[in-house]
Amino acid sequence: MAKTVVLERKPLSFSERTYLPQIATGLKTTFSNMFKPKVTLQYPEEKPVIPNNYRGVPTLVKDPNGREKCVSCQLCEFVCPPKAIRITPGSVPEDQDDREHVEKAPQEFEINMLRCIYCGYCQEVCPEEAIFLQDEYSSSGFTREEMINNKEKLYELGGTIPDRHYKWDKKKEAETDGNTH
Amino acid sequence: MIAPDNKEMVNITLNGIEVEVPNGINAVEAAALHGKEVPHYCYHPKLSVAGNCRMCLVEMGTPMRDRASGEPILDEDGTPKIGWVPKPVIGCATNITPGMHLRTESDLVNECREGIMEFLLVNHPLDCPICDQAGECRLQEFATDYGRGYSRYVERKNVKPKRTRLGPRVTLDDERCILCSRCIRFSQEVAKDDVLGFVDRGSFSTLTCFPGKELANNYSLNTVDICPVGALTSTDFRFKMRVWFLKESKSVCTESSAGCNTLVSSREGTIQRITPRRNDQVNDTWMTDSGRELYKLVKAKSRIRRPSFQGSDLPLDDAISQAFEALKNKKIGVVASCHSSLEEQFLIKRLVEETGAKVFIRGHFGEDDGILLSADRTPNLRGALVAGLTNHYPSDHLNDLNESLADGHVEALLVIGEDLKDSGVNEDNLRKVPLVFLGTHQNSTSDCAEVVLPGLTVFEKSGSLINRSFFLQSFDQAIPCPAGLMTDFKILARLIDLFSEDSIAPSELDQIWEALSSSENSVLKGITFLKIKKGAIQLDESKWEHLSFVEKEALHYLPTGVIAS
Amino acid sequence: MMEWMPQGLWFEVCLKVFFAFMMVGAVMTMAGYSVLAERKVSAWMQGRVGPNRTVLPFVEYIPIFGPLLKKLGMFQPLADGLKFLFKEEIVPGHVNKFYYYLAPLIALVPALTTMTVLPFGQMYWNDGTVSTLALADLEVGILFVFAVSSLGVYGIALAGWSSNSKYSFLGGIRSSAQMISYELAMGLSLLPVFLWVCAPGSSESGLSLSAIANSQSGGAWLFLVQPLSALIFLIALFAETNRLPFDMPESETDLVGGFHTEYGSFKFGIFFVAEYAHIVIGSAIFTVIFLGGWHFLPFIEDPWPANWIGSLLGVGWFLAKTIFLIFFFIWVRWTLPRFRYDQVMHLGWSKLLPLALVNLIVYLLIVTVIDQNAAANL
Repeated sequence: MAKTVVLERKPLSFSERTYLPQIATGLKTTFSNMFKPKVTLQYPEEKPVIPNNYRGVPTLVKDPNGREKCVSCQLCEFVCPPKAIRITPGSVPEDQDDREHVEKAPQEFEINMLRCIYCGYCQEVCPEEAIFLQDEYSSSGFTREEMINNKEKLYELGGTIPDRHYKWDKKKEAETDGNTH
Repeated sequence: MIAPDNKEMVNITLNGIEVEVPNGINAVEAAALHGKEVPHYCYHPKLSVAGNCRMCLVEMGTPMRDRASGEPILDEDGTPKIGWVPKPVIGCATNITPGMHLRTESDLVNECREGIMEFLLVNHPLDCPICDQAGECRLQEFATDYGRGYSRYVERKNVKPKRTRLGPRVTLDDERCILCSRCIRFSQEVAKDDVLGFVDRGSFSTLTCFPGKELANNYSLNTVDICPVGALTSTDFRFKMRVWFLKESKSVCTESSAGCNTLVSSREGTIQRITPRRNDQVNDTWMTDSGRELYKLVKAKSRIRRPSFQGSDLPLDDAISQAFEALKNKKIGVVASCHSSLEEQFLIKRLVEETGAKVFIRGHFGEDDGILLSADRTPNLRGALVAGLTNHYPSDHLNDLNESLADGHVEALLVIGEDLKDSGVNEDNLRKVPLVFLGTHQNSTSDCAEVVLPGLTVFEKSGSLINRSFFLQSFDQAIPCPAGLMTDFKILARLIDLFSEDSIAPSELDQIWEALSSSENSVLKGITFLKIKKGAIQLDESKWEHLSFVEKEALHYLPTGVIAS
Repeated sequence: MMEWMPQGLWFEVCLKVFFAFMMVGAVMTMAGYSVLAERKVSAWMQGRVGPNRTVLPFVEYIPIFGPLLKKLGMFQPLADGLKFLFKEEIVPGHVNKFYYYLAPLIALVPALTTMTVLPFGQMYWNDGTVSTLALADLEVGILFVFAVSSLGVYGIALAGWSSNSKYSFLGGIRSSAQMISYELAMGLSLLPVFLWVCAPGSSESGLSLSAIANSQSGGAWLFLVQPLSALIFLIALFAETNRLPFDMPESETDLVGGFHTEYGSFKFGIFFVAEYAHIVIGSAIFTVIFLGGWHFLPFIEDPWPANWIGSLLGVGWFLAKTIFLIFFFIWVRWTLPRFRYDQVMHLGWSKLLPLALVNLIVYLLIVTVIDQNAAANL
């Protein structure tokens, strides 16, 4: 059991009880605040600096070779709490040289920004590091349809970000260096 | 397949606990009977034992006996001393003998499994994100149980072809193959079409078709089902949908009278694939490739989605009234169908009794492949017999209907799904009478029908069917029906209500089964729909033994004539 | 003294009406800009910039001047007013329609009526005479102010009652209770002032506001002579105008919007303007009584010449003092938290009222002593 200790309060002096000196101090504080620099950002013209780990609009990114990274495993669609993500999987034709060994890619990838809650689970779950919540934070539109980001829009928003894995390049190397069947 | 067909029970000791199992079954099955999973890849209960994956290693022992006297040797505490086999044995090829001791959870066993897993994963690609097997992959499951979580293999992995075409419906991803040989054994033993084999050695071993052959038989997709990893993939389902999104409903294949038990996997009202459901008395764990394609009928172009009257759409209620107007006060002919469920056939019978109509019914026949595609290509011909729609075996034409129409004995027609022109009915005769068509897809008959009532496919309704062995099996609704439609037997019940003034036809499954099971001399006596849902029910077929059914001897089926002889 | 003007009763009336409109215009404009000042000052005190986007289409392109006006938000009151005018008029179904519509008017009319007796400067005529600038320089000016301004509470109480909503109702009740409590202290605090001003021997007499203002010319401002009266009057003024820390009738935190919860669009706008009109008038009256009105500084004779320039400068000086007081009102609002209702009552009845009584008695004695001495000296 916690012990309650009642501390004796210092009795208020007369001037404190009139409350007037305190008011004067307060007025002084507010008055001096009037001349301090303002913190307001003039929003559409000035934009805040977005920290690196900011969770903005989810986007799809391409690897440094300009290839799409998403393989449409649909894990993000599965994990998405508000069911904002909708993927139509598709396969990559065999004869596409630059995408050798990539078999699967999204045919359509839609994120409904009216549903998205910016939780970042999709980024966390993505095994290919293809989806990122980047620094874009203001998405708006006049219709509900406009608020559904399709694949094209998602890649446009996402751009390319550095990749450390080069998964497909490594596979290609393994193939050319003799471990082929 | 190796399990002998005897019911003799023997005692064994499983992980130190004495349990009772059938004599002679293998250790994997015995452990499974008592809730202990022995992981395995190459073993399949319906195939021969190959014993090449080494995943099912267990410890085996027997009580020691003194060689001279034959007396059991006892431990210090008085219990019999167990002579453990010094190395683990494979559970799939170890048959149970009385008094046998098994350990499926010991440290040694776990170590073995970890070792095997590590070897299996050495060359396995990191494909899970794009692998269709992910979510139902044995390799994934056992990797979580016995994998080490990271790879000690620093060398380059093998690169093998990723999309080899094995046949029109099967694509092989060589990298993922763990060489369990289930598909090879299936092709040899069940499909009887020996086309698959391994070539090359060591880590370059590859599954391939024999030169000049391809995996094109009607059972090829079963290899995809039994493949424990994602090596064999269905070309149709490949990259379509991840399995964890799929909702599975129990259904029955309507391709032929074999009545394969199936699982219909759908997502948000769209069927993605059909897979077989194990039923040891009907289809084991197999089904035909052609049966798996039936779901495409749901979204077919020729699907009837709206009721129509003289070519223009109208609400279903109005269409039913129009159907009644077209049929009432006339000599009606009803063309029933062997594709209808038993419940629908029962209500057609009711309608016939109510209106005094004449029933015509035809069969559809094809080649019998001796496995799971029977010569009778309707799922419920025996249902029509049981429901009493006909007493004789239907032929594959409707010439008698043609005659009745020409004679004027039939003045109005209600057709359930059949294509009459295809059945030998003259089109001029057909044009003479008002025609009501109740069916799922357009055909020449629906085109000339006055009233078209849309029916539902087997995936959109519930009901039951009777297969070639007189097994009464139920199917569940897998997906919602198109908006504004009703299940067929409700439409029929409405029609009956319009014809009869004093009674109400049963319009729910439970009510229909109440009526079906209540008649005294019926083979359905005492059966409820709930009972059928719990498992297939074998009906007494003696009433129809004299009929010459067209089916030939096949998997789990012997024609009645054969039994007699 | 008005010989240069055309004569006639009708002309007199028209002139008065014209002046009245001017006065209303001036007070309403000041009320409007008080709202802007409120927003700007609160913004500055909170490290923000306040309204700085509203601008008329062409003014924007005037160099230097245009952007400055925009930055100061000078067109914001216009936009606010237009917004109130064009908003959808919503009348809840459960209100008493007649009183519901009447209440905002009752709130605004007293606020504007009190200004009729408000002197705001002196006119130096060519013939040397001096007259007070006011619509009506009543002899009983201060009584009239008290009488009329108290009516404003009817508007609030009526709004609270006719809205037929518990929040409005509580707001109305609190408002009337608060008015009654502080009216007493306010009245009592002014009595010593009049005793002082009208003491025998002094040249001024009566309850005229202009007389009070003029009595401070060249001498001590009354807030120096009677600091306690000034303090009590100021506090009571805050309470009477429903300003923080006394905004019981509104108190958003516990009563949603208080008496005007159910009001929207222009009717809410009228309440809003009435509140600020009260502040403007209150500030002006305090200036007249305690801050020397249009006179320059304590103990200094007015430095401006006794002609029309002097008149203008006097009015300007008066305005400057009033605007400072308005700023003070805003300043206090953004500094102090709200009192609890019981604290408001406690302060009014058991602190300010006794203090005002004591103040009155003390000055009564002092004035008596002075008067006795004066009489003895005679």
